[in-house]
Amino acid sequence: MTGASHYGQLVPPVSERDRVAGDPDAPVTLVEYGDYECPHCGLARPIVKSIQRRLGKKLRFVFRNFPLAEAHPHSRHAAEAVEAAADQGKFWEMHDALFENQDRLEDEDLVAIARSLRLDAERVATALADGRYTARVREDFRAGIRSGVNGTPTFFVNGERYDGPWADEDGFVRALERAARAGSPAKAHG
Amino acid sequence: MSEQQGTTHPDSENSAAAVLPAGAHAPDFTLQSAPDRSVTLSELRGKPVVLAFYPADWSPVCGDQMALYNELVSEFREQHAELLGISVDSAWCHKAFASARKIHFDLLSDFEPKGAISRQYGAYRTADGVSERALFVIDAGGVIRWSYVAPAGVNPGADGILAALERLTPEQRGDKATGAPARPSGNTRPESRADAGATR
Repeated sequence: MTGASHYGQLVPPVSERDRVAGDPDAPVTLVEYGDYECPHCGLARPIVKSIQRRLGKKLRFVFRNFPLAEAHPHSRHAAEAVEAAADQGKFWEMHDALFENQDRLEDEDLVAIARSLRLDAERVATALADGRYTARVREDFRAGIRSGVNGTPTFFVNGERYDGPWADEDGFVRALERAARAGSPAKAHG
Repeated sequence: MSEQQGTTHPDSENSAAAVLPAGAHAPDFTLQSAPDRSVTLSELRGKPVVLAFYPADWSPVCGDQMALYNELVSEFREQHAELLGISVDSAWCHKAFASARKIHFDLLSDFEPKGAISRQYGAYRTADGVSERALFVIDAGGVIRWSYVAPAGVNPGADGILAALERLTPEQRGDKATGAPARPSGNTRPESRADAGATR
């Protein structure tokens, strides 16, 4: 059932708005839509990190928020706290810290985690209180819906939804290597 | 309509040989939405209705289709569309499921006779005895404007539904004067998934 449709095409494409790790000119871009309170996303994080190590300069990794807030009541504020950390240059540090602490995501926990990362925790607390990143997180979510995200985590490889089993790291790496060789499959669809 | 096997999948646009296509009248039904309550489709005329058939309550958490739609209840409201989930689970099962997952829209029971409405829509997986993951966008006049069956095991997401709702004309949305139902087999061509994607 792969590539059954043009559903599952990443919109909008990766831009300077995104949270990006790795070489901007890498032949493969892996985008994850995730939720900090989703246990599957927590399981996926070390796999993604390992994949990042294995592909090295061939891979650019992008994370977008997809908080399933009805199921995960802390997920929106968690996402906003990470965006607030990004404002202080520590997006990925906060990102990892929350995935390592998925069972303590109350507002005061988020602030404490920010403090442990030597962030200005007060600024994070203020951002949560005044909701300055709410719209941004919501934009990510809406874009995810438009891209055919149907749960978390959902991955896109060079703009196309990856429906393979992400927990199979070797299989995932093979798919990414194939994408690196093939160039952009998204473009091939025209 | 003798064979309504769940073997039709959207790789080709006419995959839905058995599934009611765009342009068809949506068969009316009255189904239980709670042990003491029921919903009648024809009573919802005047606004779009989204029917989301799905196999069963209690599928795994984060990737769950109903959980996803639950996040989108406000978006559907903005489009003045009514969202209804349908499965062969009983009203009591739905009640427990909706309560556990905090589902904010009606889940209907196609329970007795089992799957009768799903069959009428061509959305029944006979081999498994459950509804397909089949989606229908029905306009304000009761005409199906978009339908889709997801491959087995794949959560179809919500992008197709939202795109189909956006394509409705004001009349099909029920924005115009009341009592002007859209024609059953109007001039709108049945839309395939290909159309749906091309517009984005």
